[in-house]
Amino acid sequence: MAQKKRMTPQQRARRRFLNSILLSAGVAGVSLLGFAPVAAKKLDHRLRPPGALREKEFLAACIKCGQCVQVCPVEAIKLADFLDGFGNGVPYIEAREQACDFSCDGLQCVLACPTGALIHEIAFPSQVDAGVAKVVAPEKCLAAQGKGFKGLARGADFKGKLRYAEIDRWHPQPVASHPYDLELCDLCVRQCPIELQIAQCAQEDEKKRNELGLVAKRQPGECPPRHAIELRLVESNDGVKRMVPAILEGCVGCGVCEMICPVEPSVIVIDPTESREKSRGMRT
Amino acid sequence: MSGVIESLRVLFGGDPKRVPKKEMPEEVRQLHAHKFSDKERIEAIRIELAHKEKHKMPEKKRRLRWAVLIAVNLLFVLSYHFDIQLLEGALTASRFMGFHMADLNSALQVMLAFKEVVINLLIGTTTVFVLWWLLGGRTFCSWVCPYHLLAEWAEMLHEKLRAKGWAMDIQFDRRARTWLWILFAVLAFATGYTVYEWISPTGIVSRALIYGPGVALVWVGLLLLFEIFFSRRAWCRYACPIGLTYGIVGATSPFTVHYKLENCYHEGECRKVCLVPHVLDLTIKGRAPALEQEVGADCTRCLRCVDACPTGALTIRYKGLGGLI
Repeated sequence: MAQKKRMTPQQRARRRFLNSILLSAGVAGVSLLGFAPVAAKKLDHRLRPPGALREKEFLAACIKCGQCVQVCPVEAIKLADFLDGFGNGVPYIEAREQACDFSCDGLQCVLACPTGALIHEIAFPSQVDAGVAKVVAPEKCLAAQGKGFKGLARGADFKGKLRYAEIDRWHPQPVASHPYDLELCDLCVRQCPIELQIAQCAQEDEKKRNELGLVAKRQPGECPPRHAIELRLVESNDGVKRMVPAILEGCVGCGVCEMICPVEPSVIVIDPTESREKSRGMRT
Repeated sequence: MSGVIESLRVLFGGDPKRVPKKEMPEEVRQLHAHKFSDKERIEAIRIELAHKEKHKMPEKKRRLRWAVLIAVNLLFVLSYHFDIQLLEGALTASRFMGFHMADLNSALQVMLAFKEVVINLLIGTTTVFVLWWLLGGRTFCSWVCPYHLLAEWAEMLHEKLRAKGWAMDIQFDRRARTWLWILFAVLAFATGYTVYEWISPTGIVSRALIYGPGVALVWVGLLLLFEIFFSRRAWCRYACPIGLTYGIVGATSPFTVHYKLENCYHEGECRKVCLVPHVLDLTIKGRAPALEQEVGADCTRCLRCVDACPTGALTIRYKGLGGLI
């Protein structure tokens, strides 16, 4: 290195001070770049885990530790990377790859969250307000075309898992291990966790009534109070009546319909934007 | 008490105070004055140092420290991948056998940005506060922080390159870290975003180890390159607010490095290896204002100086445990 000119101690101190201002300004400047993805509203389309507060508060409250990631039985939750700016290390769900199917029943991610970024008051899937399903390409829907579905919903290489309670209630099974044979495709309705839970509750209630003559006592929200999705007969412009999926009040935005839809790309997708903007983390 | 205040002042970036000779106690002045009359002793030290230089002695405490650092981080990784549930989460917040733990700086960022504190976070923060007060505060940096280890390796490379003249060591004003600490606290409160968490290499490396690498490691790589070519250990020395937070916690910790003037022959071996050499200014000839003193709050208790000192002037001390260690 070239020999430096000798500086007086005052000059050296001055140089050091200026360097330090530059260093601090540099670090601060870089840190503020993290605002860009937030300002560009890049994060608003992110589907967040059950119980997530409104996006702005969620980013503030999340301590970026990933404990929610670790407890999820279907490994639906991922942590966002650097390009999410202030959302770096914050959990999200890619529903088409692996939706939250409430395999854990008790919302384990919420229980694991140490800061309340996933609201602690939430206890049941029907209280979740992650988003709402939307039928984005009704003309491509197999049911609307009167078609059935036979085979593996997402092919043999698909990694996603679902709870198939009739096979094993406690261990989610690979979707690729579960072939279907349906006269009319109703996968989005058939696998909807809310619909499954409604059916299960009804079954349990009836069993109790018949065997013991008792009415089941339940906590509010334990059994979903509203349906989430159904196939509905709709008359289209050409006068032909067709079955199409209709999203109802009870949809919580878990994303299972988006994951299971056998059409590529999915006919039905979760739109989290409104929930992310307005929700306080749960339905009341 | 005045010792703690002085220690904090240096931690925040002030230069260590120089006590004038005439204000020192008589016995200290005498010791300073007669220090170099023991020619035999000095010769013996010179021989020992030359020997050390020739046969690179292993730094035993450094190896132990690296083993602990790797073990802690590995425990996070294994807990997740093998579902043994010993230490879940990442360094920002975790559960050790079910007990909540929260990194103090991350918790502070969240509290300032979110403006609400749930009980679990309070428990985790208190636990970690007590833990690191007992263990020495910045002990977190050198014994747990995974970025510290990467920076140590980068530092070894930096030293080699600097010996060849291929790297430089820009010195910064240590007050930069205090400015940044205040700035990040204000930003969290004012913007409602945990701004520092975005660029925290500690959080980034911890998450990368546990959940897999990502683009964020590019930022960590740039920091390391800056340290290798332009400024030795710059992030830990001049920027990291986590270090300052734990430094404050450790200012009154019972676990310290202890300096004994009588044993010190001022070769400066300790300052050469130290991440924060200003805390060892008291080892400079004529500086120590007392016969014995604790090294200041900015000390990370990495114990490299204890290994480096050829005359046993620096030792580990745990107040209240007397000669047990």
